[in-house]
Amino acid sequence: MIMKLKHLTTVILSVGLMFMISCKSKPKDADIQAAVTTALQSSPGVTADVKDGVVTLSGSVASQADKDAAEAAVKLNQGVKSVVNNVTVTPPPPPAPAPEVTADDSLKTAVAGIVKDFPGIQADVKDGVITITGEQKADRWKKLKMALDALKPKKVDASGLKVK
Amino acid sequence: MAALQDKYKELIDAAQAAGTSNLKVSELDGVLHIDGEAPTGAVKDQLWNIYGKIDPNFLTGDVVMNINVATAVAGAKLKVITESTNLNIRKGPGTDQPIVGKAAHNEIVTLISKQSDQWWLIRTDGGAEGYAYAQYLQPVE
Repeated sequence: MIMKLKHLTTVILSVGLMFMISCKSKPKDADIQAAVTTALQSSPGVTADVKDGVVTLSGSVASQADKDAAEAAVKLNQGVKSVVNNVTVTPPPPPAPAPEVTADDSLKTAVAGIVKDFPGIQADVKDGVITITGEQKADRWKKLKMALDALKPKKVDASGLKVK
Repeated sequence: MAALQDKYKELIDAAQAAGTSNLKVSELDGVLHIDGEAPTGAVKDQLWNIYGKIDPNFLTGDVVMNINVATAVAGAKLKVITESTNLNIRKGPGTDQPIVGKAAHNEIVTLISKQSDQWWLIRTDGGAEGYAYAQYLQPVE
């Protein structure tokens, strides 16, 4: 009887031990999720979903390097069996290129061709800047400004213009 | 950088909302450049009105806005919008080119092609064909 009890105790203990070991070697998805989420703090835009130790990454990052970094950070965590990397790489839009500016020679010719129809206006062109002086009615000046802007100047300086 | 775009936010937003294609907003030496193609002449007018509201009489000089009208395509009818005079039709694209014909104020002509933003090849109903200054031509809608 004592022997039997001893035996039973051993069995219970060993089963318990095995259970603990299996628990330790196989963390719950929730634990992995917590660890992975922490690891992904350095990868904004990436989210993880854990199922049976398989981590699925989703979201969007700016470069392939960021995508790889997210996967590497996740892989290090205990209990992660494999990583499915569904993160998409969306490069940020390039900054708007500098505006085109017409060279002075062609700008001068074009400005002269327009300004001749606006008596009372003088125009000067230097380094892409059209400087307008003189007097003009508001609606006529608007037309002139629209025409000048279409020539792709760097700037239309009308600080010396009097609008009537 | 952001200050100019903030000042003209209403204008930029309106250009986007109105479906301006190839819209490009860039800055160079303190001047905001707005380029694009408006779907209609009315949208272009609307954008210029907003610009004039933010900068009365366009006197600050911190914007260069070049908005074309998308309806100005080959075959489109154009109205001559000179102040009152005839529009010169020239042999080539340039004011140094010989005049081959004239289109009257308010006359309707046909767009054949665009040599550039400034010079368009047009044909009058009278048969005169040549280059005219685009600024005086407005698509009929």
